Amino acid sequence: MLDMTRGQTPGPSHLQVSALQAWYGESHILHGVDFDVGPGELVTLLGRNGAGKTTTLKAIMGMVRKRAGSVKVLGAETISMPPERIARLGVALCPEERGIFASLSVKENLFLPPVIAPGKGLAIERILTLFPNLAERMGSGGSKLSGGEQQMLAIARILRTGARFLMLDEPSEGLAPVIIQQIGATIRELKKEGFTILMVEQNFRFAASIADRFLVMEHGRIIDGFAAADLEANMDKLHDYLGV
Amino acid sequence: MNALAHITAQQLGQQMLIGLINGAFYALLSLGLAVIFGMLSIVNFAHGAFFMVGAFCAVFMLKTLGLGYWWALVLAPLAVGLLGAVTERVFIRHIAGLDVLYGLLLTFGLALVLQGVFQSQFGSSAMSYPIPAALQGPVNLGFMILPIYRVWVVVFSAIVCLLVWLAIERTKIGALLRAATENPALVRAFGVDVPRMITLTYAFGVALAALAGVLAAPILGVQPQMGANIIVVVFAVVVVGGMGSILGSVITGFTLGLLEGLTKVFYPEASNIVVFVIMAVVLIVKPTGLFGRAA
Repeated sequence: MLDMTRGQTPGPSHLQVSALQAWYGESHILHGVDFDVGPGELVTLLGRNGAGKTTTLKAIMGMVRKRAGSVKVLGAETISMPPERIARLGVALCPEERGIFASLSVKENLFLPPVIAPGKGLAIERILTLFPNLAERMGSGGSKLSGGEQQMLAIARILRTGARFLMLDEPSEGLAPVIIQQIGATIRELKKEGFTILMVEQNFRFAASIADRFLVMEHGRIIDGFAAADLEANMDKLHDYLGV
Repeated sequence: MNALAHITAQQLGQQMLIGLINGAFYALLSLGLAVIFGMLSIVNFAHGAFFMVGAFCAVFMLKTLGLGYWWALVLAPLAVGLLGAVTERVFIRHIAGLDVLYGLLLTFGLALVLQGVFQSQFGSSAMSYPIPAALQGPVNLGFMILPIYRVWVVVFSAIVCLLVWLAIERTKIGALLRAATENPALVRAFGVDVPRMITLTYAFGVALAALAGVLAAPILGVQPQMGANIIVVVFAVVVVGGMGSILGSVITGFTLGLLEGLTKVFYPEASNIVVFVIMAVVLIVKPTGLFGRAA
């Protein structure tokens, strides 16, 4: 049987996480997380609140105070690197709270993240075709945007930089169904563009419509994984895991 | 009322200029404090000491290197900025994320050490520093005659404050600075070396203090206590303006300097306390300061 915690696309893993542990202050959140993401894959982390999904993304980015184990990005070990160096390997995070800077205009927010791999990011014209709403709001303050627009801006600004590995933390959270559809369509586009994506999502139906593979987290570990094609067969198990 | 009638336009103008000059120093110093507080959440009590070191740099350059005022205006801020960068790396970095009180105590301690060192080296009497030849003499504005150097200090400080404000509000680096002030962790995750930005921000803030020190040298005289004297008022200015507000610190600096100057004309007895009275009133009415955001 295939190990579904491993990357399922050909080629060396884009991300390799082994025995990853992470702490927030004194609390030990991740207790040995193991999984891979293959190049061009879209993998979704599922799990109950507090299972460690967001912490996993932050730990990969180096944004936790203490971490141990191994996180390899394109084969490079990052466990002792600061976040800014990990980012420069081509990793970008779209955080759960979106992280739109209120004191910056939409345009300043969009152009804030420095280009880390010239020529590899999306052209600004392409980004604005993906998110036409943003084009009209360029002069607005970051805090003046609706929730949907903030989410679009948070995704848009990491597409410019040339990062090819995107981590999206609950992109559908708190958004109206029509906006969720739009974000879903955009993420599918990004997949077509060849981005590798690791996503955390509570909205299971949304995740099911775009992911290649699912990983289930519980108590700071990956406890199961299956391909999108096997979703139906695993629905009962999943209901148990997620308590829905 | 009789006394007021004797106040001539010349006197009034002169006191207003003196007020504006003090205001210029307040503005430059509180601007640096605001920049540092925004980025590091450090209430930099060492700011007055760096102001003093800037003035001493000017004296040192003149006496031992033969480099005059214009050189000092460029080199003293650079030298003090470098000292600031080292200070941030060696001391301040280690208390990042702790309660703001630690930063206050640490920088207060640093200020006392710097002052003590200069006191033991140079004594406490003021050294004079000459006004550069190009800025000597009076200028006749038609309705009043003013010393050129003092006009220069006000205009130059206002331009520096304006440029700093523009750089922060309108440039790419300014946007990074504002973003890193709001959410440093996320800016790091975008690949920006925020720790280095913090060092440079601190260096820049204290370089502004040194610049003010050089500007002040010919007017106030150079002595180890000069920073300690002015910084108390500057902190009142910062409280009135609102901690961390760039524009607020500049406007408040000039305004309070001017008010202080005017008080000297109309009620000299109150001129030393007017800033603190205003501070007390502002603290009661709007504790976040006139331009401050709620914490």
